[in-house]
Amino acid sequence: MTPLLQVQGIEKRYGARIGCTDVSFDLFPGEVMGIVGESGSGKSTLLNCLAGHLEADAGQVVFDTRADGPVDTLTMSEPERRMLGRTDWAFVHQHARDGLRMSVSAGGNIGERLMAVGDRHYGDIRDKAIDWLGRVEINENRVDDRPTAFSGGMQQRLQIARNLVTGPRLVFMDEPTGGLDVSVQARLLDLLRGLVREMGLSAIIVTHDLAVVRLLADRLMVMKDGHVVEAGLTDQVLDDPQHAYTQLLVSSVLQV
Amino acid sequence: MIELENVSKSFTLHNQGSAVIPVMAGASLRVKPGECVALTGASGAGKSTLMRVIYGNYLAASGRVMVGDLDVAQAEPREILALRRETLGYVSQFLRVVPRVPTLEVVADPLLAVGVEKEAALDKAADLLSRLNIPKRLWSLSPTTFSGGEQQRVNIARGFAHEYPAMLLDEPTASLDATNRATVLSLIEEAKARGAAIVGIFHDVEARERACDREIDVSVFTPEMAA
Repeated sequence: MTPLLQVQGIEKRYGARIGCTDVSFDLFPGEVMGIVGESGSGKSTLLNCLAGHLEADAGQVVFDTRADGPVDTLTMSEPERRMLGRTDWAFVHQHARDGLRMSVSAGGNIGERLMAVGDRHYGDIRDKAIDWLGRVEINENRVDDRPTAFSGGMQQRLQIARNLVTGPRLVFMDEPTGGLDVSVQARLLDLLRGLVREMGLSAIIVTHDLAVVRLLADRLMVMKDGHVVEAGLTDQVLDDPQHAYTQLLVSSVLQV
Repeated sequence: MIELENVSKSFTLHNQGSAVIPVMAGASLRVKPGECVALTGASGAGKSTLMRVIYGNYLAASGRVMVGDLDVAQAEPREILALRRETLGYVSQFLRVVPRVPTLEVVADPLLAVGVEKEAALDKAADLLSRLNIPKRLWSLSPTTFSGGEQQRVNIARGFAHEYPAMLLDEPTASLDATNRATVLSLIEEAKARGAAIVGIFHDVEARERACDREIDVSVFTPEMAA
């Protein structure tokens, strides 16, 4: 089986400081990988480099495209990368406001991505938008409301709907459940897990919540000071951490 | 089916003066298809540790841990994931689920993961839940709010939903009443009859004697503690 994503030696520096360095891994279709670490450990920098939002200083991010097979996305032309970002890739931001158009209706937010890939029939677009609102448990009668009228949890779910409507194969998520209260978080986790299963998508999830990765991620990468200090099967890393930092991280979690 | 050869395991506690604690050395065992082997030994002797080494959530320090054709001690994460999906089942003492998912789906989940049709998977799940006396009115609720005994039974139903060729059972009969214990023992016997290789921990002597073909005392694998 060809990996969906092959990452080789990614490095990003901010002047003399290291953002992240020497990160390599393969992600296979249907796999969910978690990246954990304290704030400032470089996990968001890495995610943004992978998704092409930040320019990496070194390395390769090879994606198995539908049309041409494995292609290094870092050397792709900008239009090609944008196309990828609208079709096979999706990016769920920590703050829903960064991933939504706040002045456009909920239906419009979902429809925009469909139009970007060529859908033109208004009725079809609206039907798909309503279908997706239902999947993320937002009532159909809110389709014409703007996200500004939504709660934080609803905005986050709308962002997910907007991202997944075009059937991407790879989703990048930056703290998707951060800043949400626990009942909404549980609902979102349930939703994400169901979507991963049904659509067979692969995902890379950055979070600092170990409970979230245990439930969602197959594999785990632990970062500290821009380096990957440990990687492996999620429950192996959490149950039998090998590196001093991971041991500290795991033993610092408060038991509920 | 399950074959361990000279396996050792130690924990290095980096944040507690880098203490190295050897917990297992020279562990070897072999379980054939259709056979159930009980791990015995005092609390702390390493029964659960040995099981976790087989399941792959503890890394073996040395030795070979063969489950089918895969050496778990050396395997890539995705190979272990595939092994767990198709070949190796594990009934732990704790139920760990995504909140809000209905019990019926929790139990059907391992079947859906191997590609069984949704309807067939839910039928099988319903059948197991009835056998384990989980009242039907609870099936649509999440098991997170269930009593300890009910959660344990949901966990067992989930563990037996897919017919794994190899299984690990950690105290499957603990906190169960006589009727449910009998059901679990028949599930184990059925699994053996279809050729599953089983490693189990049973504190309940009666259950152990009924389900298991032989016992392995893990305290012989416990290294001498250096003073």
